[in-house]
Amino acid sequence: MSRTENLVSELVEKHGRSRNSLMPILQGIVQEERFLSEEAMIEIARELNLSTADVFGTASFYTFLDTVPRGKNIIRVCKTISCHMKGKDEVIEALEALLKIKVGETTHDRNFTLLTANCLGWCHKGPVMLINDEVYPELTPHKACEILEAYMKAQ
Amino acid sequence: MRLKYADNVIFRNYLKDQAKNMEQIALTIDNKKLTVEKGVTILQAARTIGIEIPTLCYFNLGDLQIENKPGGCRICVVEIEGRKNLAPACVTECATGMVVHTHNIRVLNARRTVLELILSDHPFDCLVCSKSGECELQSLAQKFGIREIHYQGEKSVYRKDTSPAIIRDIDKCIMCRRCEMMCNDFQTCGVLSAINRGFQSVVAPAFEMNLDHSTCTYCGQCVSVCPTGALTEQDHTRSVLNALADPTKTVVVQTAPAVRAALGEAFGLPAGSLVTGKMVAALRQLGFDYVFDTDFAADLTIMEEGSELLDRLTRHLKGDPHVKLPILTSCCPGWVNFFEHHFPEMIDIPSTAKSPQQMFGAVAKTYLADKIGLKRKDLVVVSIMPCLAKKYECTREEFSSDGNPDVDYALSTRELANLIKQANIGFTSLEDENFDDPMGESSGAAVIFGTTGGVIEAAVRTAYELHTGKELPKLDFEELRGLEFVRSATVDFDGLPIRIGIAHGLGNARKLLEEIKAGRSRYHAIEIMACPGGCIGGGGQPYTHGDINILKARQKAIYEEDKRKPLRKSHENPSIQRLYEEFLGTPLGEMSHHLLHTHYFDKTGEVIISE
Ligand code: SF4
Ligand code: SF4
Ligand code: SF4
Repeated sequence: MSRTENLVSELVEKHGRSRNSLMPILQGIVQEERFLSEEAMIEIARELNLSTADVFGTASFYTFLDTVPRGKNIIRVCKTISCHMKGKDEVIEALEALLKIKVGETTHDRNFTLLTANCLGWCHKGPVMLINDEVYPELTPHKACEILEAYMKAQ
Repeated sequence: MRLKYADNVIFRNYLKDQAKNMEQIALTIDNKKLTVEKGVTILQAARTIGIEIPTLCYFNLGDLQIENKPGGCRICVVEIEGRKNLAPACVTECATGMVVHTHNIRVLNARRTVLELILSDHPFDCLVCSKSGECELQSLAQKFGIREIHYQGEKSVYRKDTSPAIIRDIDKCIMCRRCEMMCNDFQTCGVLSAINRGFQSVVAPAFEMNLDHSTCTYCGQCVSVCPTGALTEQDHTRSVLNALADPTKTVVVQTAPAVRAALGEAFGLPAGSLVTGKMVAALRQLGFDYVFDTDFAADLTIMEEGSELLDRLTRHLKGDPHVKLPILTSCCPGWVNFFEHHFPEMIDIPSTAKSPQQMFGAVAKTYLADKIGLKRKDLVVVSIMPCLAKKYECTREEFSSDGNPDVDYALSTRELANLIKQANIGFTSLEDENFDDPMGESSGAAVIFGTTGGVIEAAVRTAYELHTGKELPKLDFEELRGLEFVRSATVDFDGLPIRIGIAHGLGNARKLLEEIKAGRSRYHAIEIMACPGGCIGGGGQPYTHGDINILKARQKAIYEEDKRKPLRKSHENPSIQRLYEEFLGTPLGEMSHHLLHTHYFDKTGEVIISE
């Protein structure tokens, strides 16, 4: 059994085989492997007796369930209207310049992926970004870079 | 002979639902008072008093219980007094005292807005779209007199996916998800799913791979139900016209049994009109050098498949533990694709007999070519099929010789109708003509291949007489007929009870396969057809737009044609007898084995995973 197959069978053991187990299993894979590989989705479909199209359809519906490989750290800048009005574009520009990538891309060393996200529920404290599971509100371009530099040092 | 219906869960639930729904509801629709049973939707209730509320995503194939009602498109909205918002009629159940308006100005404006919004993200391709004239979106736009679209915005674009049988042009998709329902719920193939979200969403196979990389069976049922031109067949009419115009080619055509019971619909004739003679005349006018009948090859299939059934049965009765029973029919290529993809451990159970289309091709390019003194490469074999899987089947490598396919082109019933129209042939006023010899003669047993239950009835007629050496007391096996999804019957072979199972629709076939897999199957022989109703409901037939009565009328026509035929049993067909004498030898003999039988492949590993 491959690493992924092992992981799927552990998650199935834990969450069960019903249709309702699909979400926690998908989330569990993303947690461990940073994205859902085709191998993982085929394996989940087999274990849960669903069609692969169904599993892929579910995974591709949710922004937080990545179906392409991502970097070790995922930065998601809120792109919804409040954060937009408070200057999310400048924040994104600063991050792009610092990381030398565009939104949607992953750095060469695979340490960082820069993405945008729909409303993160922090409209009163925008602009806001999420690095992995950590929320950073009330950003300025300068503040955003400082936060990110700390992550870069920690690599 | 006794009739025993198999456990049919759907049917039982249906009866239960019926009992539960007896409560009566009184309401008013468009100032008319009516009473309906509890659970009936506004859409259904309105129909009972002759009010046809327009729909788009909704689809219902009558008593077959095939239904799609996601309530997504909002074309069917109606006003219910006392409710703030308009309600979708297809998913809103009637309630006591409801007062419904189906066409006041608010409703009409809302429908127009919905339609314009759908059209604002739709290509204006009607002039060159293969669905034009049959498209439900186009006819709604006409009905509502849309002359201008007041909304402009981004248009979604997606790549075109071209497979041997089906073309997906997703820019024309309106996300009604009928195809998904057909593919997943009815066929249990699980090929299609809604992928991505919002503006980016499309219906696609896993990982957005192309159909020919997926586990698609090419049954074409998604095409049958798609309201727009997003899913259509691969069109070969131009290639056939070119072959007909090529003086170096002799072009032979064969027509499948179900085509004659549906082709007339394309020319305005009522469903169930038999147009066998007119079809032959039209094909001759189109310039085909020989007009033959797939029914001839269906008789041949019965000789081979029936003999195989008897052979397995005899060995089984003698106590051979290795013999595989039940034997499964193999003439439906959608079904063959299904078990190759989904039940690879069972590929040695179906009969090895090729489908009639391929038997015809193999015999035409050997026996016939010889008889008329032609080289294989100068002979073009065209088939007219009710089916899209046949388009794929004739491209299979094992059905060709040195790169030359046994059947060159498979056209659908719809494509033939287009060819006839292009050639200005006045179809309805044609005089009946007869098929050519030597591959045009057929029995009534061959005709009923076109409907669910027909192949096994044909096999029984021949196998009974070959096994018992006696004449059948009666030819019509009513117990094998009908539209019930899973049927079973026991036929008395002169003291030997033969248990027969029948399923149409791949989801229903799956139930019988699971029984076999679990060792619980009690049948000797099972007939399976992939489409609802069998070939009469094939993916290449004129569109029914969900009218079950069309399928019933076609089925009736098929049995009528059988009754009319002077010959009713395959083994009595003199052209078939001659073919064995002159060329093949005996059923299951060496030559037959070589030309008329095939083998199946485990295709589970073939689903290509993109990197
Ligand atoms: S799918 Fe229908 S509306 Fe769209 S271009 Fe084709 S015919 Fe016209
Ligand atoms: S042809 Fe049949 S199996 Fe293929 S996608 Fe359509 S419904 Fe599914
Ligand atoms: S492809 Fe056709 S049937 Fe499928 S969702 Fe789109 S419009 Fe509906």
